[in-house]
Amino acid sequence: MSDLDGFRQEIREWLEANCPAEMREPARDEADVCWGGRNFTFKNPAQKAWLEACVAKGYTVPDWPEAYGGAGMSPAQAKIWREECARIGARPPLSSFGIWMLGPALLKFGTEEQKVHYLGEIARGEIRWCQGYSEPGSGSDLVSLQTFGEDKGDHWVVNGQKIWTSYADKADWIFCLVRTDKANTYQGISFLLFDMTTPGVTTKPIKLISGNSPFCETFFDDVKVPKHQIVGALNRGWDVAKYLLGHEREMISGAGGGDRLNAIGAVVARNGLDDPILRAELAMFDVDALAFSAMGEKFLDEAKVGKAHPAQPNMLKYAGTELNKRRHELLMSAGGATALEWDSERTNGGTPARSWLRTKANSIEGGTSEVMLNVVAKRILDLPGA
Amino acid sequence: MPLYYNEDQAMLADTVTGFMADAGAIKPQLRHFRDMGCKDGFGHALWKQFAEMGLTGMLAAEADGGLAMGHVEAGIVLKEIGRNLTPSPFLTTSVMGVTALSGGSDDLRGRWLPGVIAGDSVLAVAIDESPKHRPERIACRAEKAGNGFRLSGSKAFVVQGASAEAIIVAARTSGSDSDAEGITLFAVPKDAAGISHENLRLVDSAMASNITFDNVELDGDSVIGDVDGGRSLLNKVLGAGRIGAAAELTGVGQGAFDITTAYLKTRKQFGRLIGEFQALQHRAAHLYSELEIATAVVIKAQQLLDGGSEKAELMVSVGKAKAARACNLAVREGVQMHGGVGMTDEYDIGLYMKRDRSLTEFMGDQYYHAERVAQLNGY
Repeated sequence: MSDLDGFRQEIREWLEANCPAEMREPARDEADVCWGGRNFTFKNPAQKAWLEACVAKGYTVPDWPEAYGGAGMSPAQAKIWREECARIGARPPLSSFGIWMLGPALLKFGTEEQKVHYLGEIARGEIRWCQGYSEPGSGSDLVSLQTFGEDKGDHWVVNGQKIWTSYADKADWIFCLVRTDKANTYQGISFLLFDMTTPGVTTKPIKLISGNSPFCETFFDDVKVPKHQIVGALNRGWDVAKYLLGHEREMISGAGGGDRLNAIGAVVARNGLDDPILRAELAMFDVDALAFSAMGEKFLDEAKVGKAHPAQPNMLKYAGTELNKRRHELLMSAGGATALEWDSERTNGGTPARSWLRTKANSIEGGTSEVMLNVVAKRILDLPGA
Repeated sequence: MPLYYNEDQAMLADTVTGFMADAGAIKPQLRHFRDMGCKDGFGHALWKQFAEMGLTGMLAAEADGGLAMGHVEAGIVLKEIGRNLTPSPFLTTSVMGVTALSGGSDDLRGRWLPGVIAGDSVLAVAIDESPKHRPERIACRAEKAGNGFRLSGSKAFVVQGASAEAIIVAARTSGSDSDAEGITLFAVPKDAAGISHENLRLVDSAMASNITFDNVELDGDSVIGDVDGGRSLLNKVLGAGRIGAAAELTGVGQGAFDITTAYLKTRKQFGRLIGEFQALQHRAAHLYSELEIATAVVIKAQQLLDGGSEKAELMVSVGKAKAARACNLAVREGVQMHGGVGMTDEYDIGLYMKRDRSLTEFMGDQYYHAERVAQLNGY
C-alpha cells in the first residue's frame, strides 16, 4: 500500500510540474484533440509540450511495456495515473486509434519485430492509424466483406472499397480486413497493415448530418502490401478483428471514464433549469450516468485480473452509447434556442448541435446496439438460436 | 480499491449463497410463513441460524461480540436474501439497528446487542411518519421530563415493528418539524407503556407497523448518542438502510432475471423455444445490462461508505435509485415474459414483483433518490 501511496505522490508531483495549465481542461471538440501523426499540427505550444513530456516518460501508454514505448505500469499503478490525471482535469496527451485499438491487438497477436516497430511509433504519436473494416455491402454483417488481396508471392495486391473509415484522409497507415480466401467466410480474412501513401489508395470524405466529415470512403486499386505486414496468421484475421472490436467497443462505451460521462447537472446549471420535468429527466439521467461510470470502473478492474466476461464490452458499448445519445438530447433541450445555432462564435461553431448529431453514430459505429444485444443474448445469456 | 470482492468477501459470498439457497429458500421460508399467516412475517429458527453463522452481528464492533465488517459484507448477505426472497429481520436489525446502536453508550449496547447477536431478538427502526420516505421532516416529539423524556407522536412503515425487542426512534427534541438539527435517537423498549401498534401485512407478506407513542416515558439511558445532535447518526442509519435495501434489490432483480431466462429456454410456442425470438432476446439483454450496472454502482457505494468517503452520500442515492429501476424492470419483464403463468400464485415470479415494490419504497424510492442526486449535483 505504501508503495502505491509513494507512486501516487510521485505522479502527483510530476503532473504538477509537467502538465501545462491549458491541458488541464477537456478538449473543446475533436479538432482540439492531439491525434499525432506525420501531418499533425499542434494547436498551441502547451499541447506540444504536454505530449513531449508524456512521451519521454512512456505516459502516453502508461501500461504498455517500456520496450514498446510505455511506462510499464501495473494495473494498480495505471489506475492511479488515471485518477491523478482526472483529479487535475488533465486531458490525454495523445488520442489515437493506435493506442485504443491496434495497440492491444499487436500486443496480443504481433511479432516481436512488429511490436517494437509499430507500438513505438504509436506511443510517440508519430504515426496516425485508421481502421478499414466496414464496406458498402458489409455493415453489421461485417464478415461478408469483399475487399480482396490476391497472393503474388512476396506480397498481396489489394482491391476493394472500405467505408466509414474514421479520419482516413488524415491517417498515415491503415489496419485493414482483407479477404485472402474466397472459399471460407470467417477463416478467409487476413489482418493487414499498410501505408496510406501506397500507390492505389485514395480517400473521399463523407459529409455527415453534423456538417463535418470525420468518416471517409477508402478505395484500393491494385495496392501492393508486403507479406510481412500481416498481423496474426494468414486467413485468421477475424480473430484479431474480434479481439480489437472488443477494445473498440470498450472505447466507444466510454468505460474508461472521462468528461462526457460525468454528471451533467453542473453543465446545465449555467442556463438555469426552471422546467421541473426537464430537471427530473436530467436527474434520472444522472442516476444512470453515475451508475454507468461505476460499471466502467468495475469492468476495467475485473478485466485486469481476468474476471470480466469476454463479451462484456458489447454490453458496455450498448449501454454507454445509448446513454451518450440521451445526454446530448438533454443538453439540446437544456440549451434551448442557443443550442440550435449552427455556426455562431458563442457556440464555437455550433458545437452543441453538431455534437448532438455526431452522437447518433455512437450506437451504429463499431457494431450497432442491436448487434450488441444479439451478442449479449448469445454469448452471455446463452439464449437458444441466438 | 478494485470493484470486486476480495478473497475474504468471495468466501463469505460462497458460504452465504449456499446457505440462503438452502435454508432461506422460497418454499420453506416465504411461502411457509405467508401461508400460516405468521404475525412476525419471518421465522425465528432461521434468525437463530443467522446468528450461528455470525451474520447477526457482522457490523457490530469486535468488543461488542461482532465481526466489525462493513457494508460490502452486509451487502453480500442482503443480495442472497433478495435472490431467495428470504423473510428476515437482517436489514432492520443487523444493518440499521446495529448501526444506530453503535453510536450509543456502552450500557446501551450492552443492553441490546447481545440478544441481537445471539439471534434471540430483533430491532426495528422508526423514522418515517408518512406513506412516503421523508426523513427531513420529523414531528414525533420527545419532551424533557424529569431525568428522562416523554415521547409522543406516530411512526409509519416500521418493518417488523411489532416483533422488535427495541424500536430505534428518531424523535424531535427541539426546533420545528423540518429543522435539520434537534433530532435525538432513542432505543425504546417494546414493553414501554403508551405504545400501540397497527400491525399490517404488506403486499410482499412482510409485517410492518404503524406505531403510536402516547406519552411514553423514557429514561435518559435510552438516548442513543447526543441529545439534539442525532441527525448525523440518523444519516448513518439511513445510509446503511438505503444501500442495504439497494443490495437486496439487486438480488431480487437477479433472482427474477435468472428464473425468467430459464423460462425462455424451456417454454415453447410456435414450435420454438420462446428464447429464440429476437424481440425477447433484446429485452433480456437490455435487462442484463441494467442489472450489471446496478450491481456495480451498489458495490461502489458500499466501498465509499466503508471508506468514509465524502462521495458516499451521492453514490448511495445513485445506487438506491438505480437498483430500484433495474429491479423493477426485471420483475415487470419477468411477469410479462412468463405470460399467463406469471400471473399465478403458483409461480415464484409474482413474489419477486411484490418484494421489489416493498423494497423500492423502503428508505426512499427512485424518485426520492433522483431528487437527492439533483440537489447534491447542484441543480
